[in-house]
Parts: sequence; C-alpha cells; structure tokens
Amino acid sequence: MTDSPETPTDTIEETRSVGSLLRRMEVDTRLLGMIVSLMVIWIGFHLMSGGTFLTPRNLWNLSVQTSSVGIMATGMVLVIVTRNIDLSVGAILGLTGMSIALLQTEVLPEILGFEHWSIWIIAVVVALLIGALVGAFQGVIISYAGVPSFIVTLGGLLVWRGAAWWISRGVTIAPMDSTFQLLGGGSRGSIGATWSWVVGVIACAGLVFMLVNGRRNRRRFGFKLRPLWADLAIGVIGVAVILGAIAVLNRYYLPERVAMEVAAEQGIAWPEGGLEISRGIAYPVLIMLGVALVMTFVATRRKYGRYVFAIGGNPEAAVLGGVNTRWIVVKTFMVMGILAGVAAIVSTARLNAGVVSLGTLSELYVIAAAVIGGTSLAGGVGTIPGAVLGALVMQSLQSGMVLMGVDAPLQDIVVGIVLVGAVAIDSIYRRRAT
Amino acid sequence: MTMNQAGNGPPLVELRHMHVAFGGVHAVEDVTIDVRPGEVHALVGGNGAGKTTLVRTLSGAHPGDSGEIFINGEKVEIHTPRDAKELGIETIYQTLALAENVDAPANMFLGREMLTRWKTLDDSAMESATREVMGRLNPKFENFRVPVQSLSGGQRQSVAIAKAVYFNARILIMDEPTAALGPAETEQVRELIRQLKAEGIGIILISHDIHDVFDMADRISVMLQGKLVGTVNKEDVTMDEVLAMIIVGKLPGEVTDLDLDQIHG
Repeated sequence: MTDSPETPTDTIEETRSVGSLLRRMEVDTRLLGMIVSLMVIWIGFHLMSGGTFLTPRNLWNLSVQTSSVGIMATGMVLVIVTRNIDLSVGAILGLTGMSIALLQTEVLPEILGFEHWSIWIIAVVVALLIGALVGAFQGVIISYAGVPSFIVTLGGLLVWRGAAWWISRGVTIAPMDSTFQLLGGGSRGSIGATWSWVVGVIACAGLVFMLVNGRRNRRRFGFKLRPLWADLAIGVIGVAVILGAIAVLNRYYLPERVAMEVAAEQGIAWPEGGLEISRGIAYPVLIMLGVALVMTFVATRRKYGRYVFAIGGNPEAAVLGGVNTRWIVVKTFMVMGILAGVAAIVSTARLNAGVVSLGTLSELYVIAAAVIGGTSLAGGVGTIPGAVLGALVMQSLQSGMVLMGVDAPLQDIVVGIVLVGAVAIDSIYRRRAT
Repeated sequence: MTMNQAGNGPPLVELRHMHVAFGGVHAVEDVTIDVRPGEVHALVGGNGAGKTTLVRTLSGAHPGDSGEIFINGEKVEIHTPRDAKELGIETIYQTLALAENVDAPANMFLGREMLTRWKTLDDSAMESATREVMGRLNPKFENFRVPVQSLSGGQRQSVAIAKAVYFNARILIMDEPTAALGPAETEQVRELIRQLKAEGIGIILISHDIHDVFDMADRISVMLQGKLVGTVNKEDVTMDEVLAMIIVGKLPGEVTDLDLDQIHG
C-alpha cells in the first residue's frame, strides 16, 4: 500500500542533491560527517607534520592508543542514552588494573608458579568479574536507592581510586605475565600478517552477508528495497576500507631485535638485508573491534538495547510498556564496569605494570569520545560506531599534536575546544534537521 | 443491540471500593464502577477529580492502596502494567506514553517485541504488523521508520491506538483520546470506538468533552474530588443533569434551581 514506486519527479529531484543521494543509500549522515572530519584531521596533520602522520607506523600506534578509551566509550554510549553518566570508569580501570597486577605478581606465582600458562586467563577473568561487580553495585544504588548516577559515580571515582592506592600501598607493581603482556599490543602483541588478512576477509564476508540479509529481509515483507547500486557501492567501499586498513597495519614491521628473536624461534635463517615481519592488527585493537561489534549487536538487535533507547526517550513509556527499567539500568552499569575491566587489561598489559594513576582522567576522555560521536547527554540518542570514531578523532588530535611537537598544555586546550566545537556543530545540525 | 449487550452481560471488569492516596491526600476514595462487554463507560469530572488515578489502578501504572478488581467475575491482582496487559487490558494514556526517539513499530511493540529464532529483534516482522494495523486505522500513515517525535499529533495518536488494537484488548482504557486532535481525526477515533464496541470490547472513556461523552457513551460515571457522584445511563439523563453532577456533585432529582444558576454561571 505504501510501497508505491517513486514517481518520476522524485527521481529527478533525488539525482540533484548529495543529501538525497545519501538518503536513498540510507547512510547515517552524522557518521559520514565524522568520517569526513577524521579524514580532514589526518590529511591536515600529514601535511603540517611534513608527511609523518599517514605512515603505517603512526597509524598502527594510533590504533593501539585508541583502544582503551574506545572500548569504554562503547559502554558509555548506553549509560548516557539511559540519561545517566558514569564518572567512575577511570577509577574502576585503576582498581581493576591494580588488582590483576597484584594477582599476577604476588598471588598467582606463589600458588601456580612463575609464568604459569593459566595466569593470564585467571587475570582476565578476575578483571571482568571485578568490573562487573563494581558496575552492578553502583547500578543497584542508582536504580533502586534512587541516588543520581552523577553522585554515585562521583563517589565511586574517589572510592575505587582510593582502593587502588590502598591495595598497592602506592607502589608500582611489575612485571606482568608474558602472555598477558601480549594483550596490550607491545612489540609481540599483534596477530601478524596472515591472521590479519584472515580477520579482514571474515569482516568483508560479514559485511556482504549483512547487505544480502538486509535485502532478503525486506523482500520477505515486500518492503521497498534499497537501490541495488547503493548496496553495491556500500559493499565495495566497505571491502576496500577493510582490506586497505589491513594492508597498512601489515606494513608496520617488527623492530630488528624482535624480528631476530622470531626468526630464531621459527628456525628461519637471518637474511643479509634483514627480515620484515609484519605486525598486523594489535591484540588491543582486535579486542576493541570485537567489543564494538558485540555492543552494536546488543544495542541494535537485542531487546535489551531497544529498552535502553526507550528508557532514554521516555522512561515512563518504558515502564508503562512493562519494561523493568531499573534492572535495565543496573545491567547497563554492569556492562560499563565490565568494559572498564577490559580496558584495564589492555592498559595494564601495555604498560607492563600496575600503577595507581592508571586511567586517571580517562572518564573524561571516554565521555568526550561518546559525545563527539553523537551521543546526546539528554539521553535517547547515540551510536556505538560513532563513539569509537569519537575516540579515534580525539586520539588523532593528540598524537598529531605530539608529532608536530605541540606543547602539552596547548594539546589540552585544543582537545577541549574541539569537544565543545563538535557538540556545537552537532546541535546546530540537529536543530536544522528537525 | 448495543443496549442489550450493555444491559445483560456480566461485568467484564469491576473495580470495587478502590482507594488511592498520595501522602494523605485521597485521590480516589471508595469508588466502585464496572464495564460490560461492548459498552462504552464514560468517566467524567473536573480536573483533579481522580479519573486518571482510578484507571491507572486498572492499567497497573499505579496500584491502588485498597480495593478489589474483578474480571469476568474473578478477582485479579494487578501490580504492574504487564499484569494488566496479560489480562487483556490496554491503555491509551493521555500523554500517549511513546518513546519519542524510536520509530512507530518499536513503540507499538515496546515491552512485547517480536523476536527471530536467534532471539534478536525481528524489526521487519514488527514493521509489517504495524503496517497492517495502520492500514486499517490510518491508511495515510507512511512514516514507519522515523522517530515518532517527527510525527504529527494525529499520527502519534494512531500509533498509541494501534498498539491497543493490535494486541486484541478485551478492555480498553482511553484517557482523553481526542484532546490533541483535529475534527477529522476526532471523527476517526469515534468511528474506531464504535468499531471496537461492536467487537464486544469494554471501553472506559475519560473525556472532558461532554458532547463526545453523549455521542459515544452507554453509561456515564461522574467523579468529584476523588469520590464517585454516581453512575447513570445516558438515555436517562440530559447534558445539564450530567453537568450538575460534575460541578455540584448532585444526582438528577437532587438538583435545585440554585444549583442550575451556578452551573450556567
């Protein structure tokens, strides 16, 4: 009934403007805008830094540096969408990181022996558990005692940071288990060229499957299909970006010392001109991508995600619809805690130590990433890919300024201005769109 | 025919001696009403008379402090909106209770989502079902994939109504269903009420519009300051008599000339 084919006038009008072209492709214009700004930032820094920004080495480092904030930002989106905030994520990261550092250096070696194979697994599980418990605890106070999340997590910020300090007595705890260290993306912490290509091909296959499945689903109910050329264009661009990214990451090689170790382990004779062993995707980046994928799935395809957004749009409507809104909020803080635990694993492994200051101020970067990524503090609006891109934008700014030798105080000033500017542009765009 | 249905059947739903208090203020005090199958029972009264509070006990939005609810003569417990829905009680709230940021199908199925066999949201199936219901209610409705905040008042109203229709309500509570609508849309809602009534659904209609009430209702209950003034058959009363019940709280026959002066200002 409503699926009438477009009239000729529509077609004429639609070929005229870029906006309607994108609308027909059903592309999220906000997300596209972010990608364009990111490209502008990258190219700008590349030109200004004399060609040092867009190098495999820098982009690889950028990907690793983004992961901790990127992982947490995916959870912060859901927290903010439910009209809450979590100021404690940096402190949870600190406490969790310190706990698993102590576990690996003082507790487990006593019981299992130094460098036992299971140490890293136990450390990971414990980190997730601590994060989940702390998050759920805060969520219960917010949901059932009715204390505003701003206050609960502000208190949490002090409590968990203090707890991290207390259990470590303020000293640095090192070193970490060697397998555990890989999760931080150090010199050996990547999956190498072959596995990177495997991941890339799987990602491409997933993209194609999604496009095909989308068409099949719409056909099942006789809905209007997205034009075939649009699906093809998205598919081709997507595949090109995925494979291009893998190619770039594979062009950053292990340092000679590490390459020699690898060659010796695998019985390869060390050639005259040296050996180029690709790093490929770093473990923390792989973790971030996995987290983003799972969180996107949960937010858009599961009941829980639907309820999170409904609560943000109209909490009363959600209650009247029979949604257990309190429990959904508890779950959301629990997920946030787990993600802070994941970030703690990555950060501790990368630093190869537990330090009291780990994650300090990262709550602000996480919130900023979510907000730059289009999450509205009024609740109800936000996307997970947007938040990950937001994290990447902020990290790009920082690492670009480091490359250019900008002073640290000036870096903070720029990041602050960009945060406010991005949200201002977004508000203006939103006002026009409605 | 409607009179027969309204006259004979056992009550579909009965609220007995309902009390609701908010911190010492009696919002609803000892109110007893019933609705029969195929009957439109109008609930009228001034602002703050307790109409909405009373029906919220039935829809599970705010359980009463005391009193009993019977459905087809059986006592039931309604503590949550979910309890009410499981008993076939659907409510169209005055505020519409829509999540503004999600689309019409998501709102229609909020809390009762259709799932695929992988336990994921079956958005296509939900959209298809929404299209089907909307095809009957409001054939001009086409914006199935935009957040409801960008819809007009009438379209938003049809989303709220579609919800109640789709889930086959036995008892439908409508709180000011036409307050935000234009004349054409109001007529649409009236037509829908007639249609649902013919299907044997019991309807509780809260309205400020006395003409609406006289047009649609079989029986009229009047509330004043949390108490039930009385329940009358529409056929037995005049508009003036109902107005007297609303304003001075007196039943037909008790009204004096002095009261009538007060009513007509």
